[in-house]
Amino acid sequence: MNADVVIIDYGIGNLFSVRRAFEHCGADVLVTSDPEILSAAPRLVLPGVGAFADGMRGLIDRGLDGVVKAYADSGRPLLGICLGMQMLASTSEEFGEHAGLGIIPGRVASIPRNDPEGKPYKVPHVGWADLRSRAYETDWHGSILDGLKPGDAIYLTHSFAVNPSNPAHLLAYCEYNGAEVTSAIRNRNVYGVQFHPEKSGPVGLKIIANFAKAV
Amino acid sequence: MLTKRLIVCLDVRNGKVTKGVKFKENVDLGDPVEMGSKYYREGVDELVFYDIMASAEKRPIDIAMVRAVARKVFIPFSVGGGIRNLDDMREVLLAGAEKVSVNSLAVQNPDIIRQGARAFGNQCIVLGMDAKKTDLPGLASGYEVFVQGGRKAMGIDAIAWAKQAVTLGAGEICVNSIDADGTKDGYEINLTRMIADAVDVPVIASGGAGTPDHLVDVFKNGGADAGLVASMVHYGTYAIPAIKAGLSAAGIPVRAAI
Repeated sequence: MNADVVIIDYGIGNLFSVRRAFEHCGADVLVTSDPEILSAAPRLVLPGVGAFADGMRGLIDRGLDGVVKAYADSGRPLLGICLGMQMLASTSEEFGEHAGLGIIPGRVASIPRNDPEGKPYKVPHVGWADLRSRAYETDWHGSILDGLKPGDAIYLTHSFAVNPSNPAHLLAYCEYNGAEVTSAIRNRNVYGVQFHPEKSGPVGLKIIANFAKAV
Repeated sequence: MLTKRLIVCLDVRNGKVTKGVKFKENVDLGDPVEMGSKYYREGVDELVFYDIMASAEKRPIDIAMVRAVARKVFIPFSVGGGIRNLDDMREVLLAGAEKVSVNSLAVQNPDIIRQGARAFGNQCIVLGMDAKKTDLPGLASGYEVFVQGGRKAMGIDAIAWAKQAVTLGAGEICVNSIDADGTKDGYEINLTRMIADAVDVPVIASGGAGTPDHLVDVFKNGGADAGLVASMVHYGTYAIPAIKAGLSAAGIPVRAAI
């Protein structure tokens, strides 16, 4: 295979921007829904926007849910972006109870919607927020966040977030009205980011380059 | 914490960025793709491209331009003007835009907001609203909604329309004051505040920005989540890093400029 990075096309989301960001970082990119090509990819990206159930249906209808799970077991780098990250989790409560891929144990739940007095927050959570971590010097080193530092800002837009069952899988979080909201997770070779690295300026491109070349 | 967003607005006419005063007397300023990528490199948080004549000329948005922007700009940008239906929205989003902005179309056919939000998610649908002070009886807020680039009054109350749009699924509202547009005298704080208090989605203030202090004012007193600027950067009066430095010095949380 000539491609450095293969992006999963399962009929959902804006693949052009993700593709362009990888190309900008010097990667050869292939976008496909072909299970054989996906299985043979040196690096695999699961993008996505929209509702959880629609995303899972898009994967299942194309017979790709098993392909992604098997890929995660292969040890090669896998990156889920936004909805793609959420689908890595075990379950989601968005518009009813839905099963995810279960690659990183955890549950997708609504971000806090009201302050302690019951006043509603603005949801979706749209904009630029700082990446944070209590142990970034160890956790981020050698990961897709290598070279970044807490306070670097990323762009996100979401109403739900992953709560990983194992706290060790939390790679970075954002603070939102005093609550910690998961923004990046990692289980060995599998990464998930809630934000859009392809829309997060130079910081996002650094993450894209790390995934394409370094991890 | 979410930072306050600085958004540059590029009105596009005949393939050129243009700027008028109170929606009139437009002059051409440059190539939209080049200008957009320059602002991106300077550290702006978001861009908006309005194809300001598409709606009046009843033609689709320039998709080649959208794709050209997406090749160079790695921050969110939205596209508006000339969105006629769900297919137009899909085309703009697939070309690399993060969001679509609907204005005239949504006033004439509010259900397009619901359809767009359902197909692409609320976060993709921005309601652009052009409003102007009015004495018309029955418009409780004192502001009336206009369409077709400020040329046509609709007799609709601005706040009532904002609430309805959010109920239908709009993920953000860009509030553009026709009275303040291009004046560089500051945002319409009163209008922005009323809309921000009335809805629970992010509000973008638009029209009237002339100095960084105007942004400080609309963030502190207008309840805005983002501020749109045009004239003050297009004519080179202020650069993005200087505006962000001004906001930061005034205690407004912003994403660091490059």
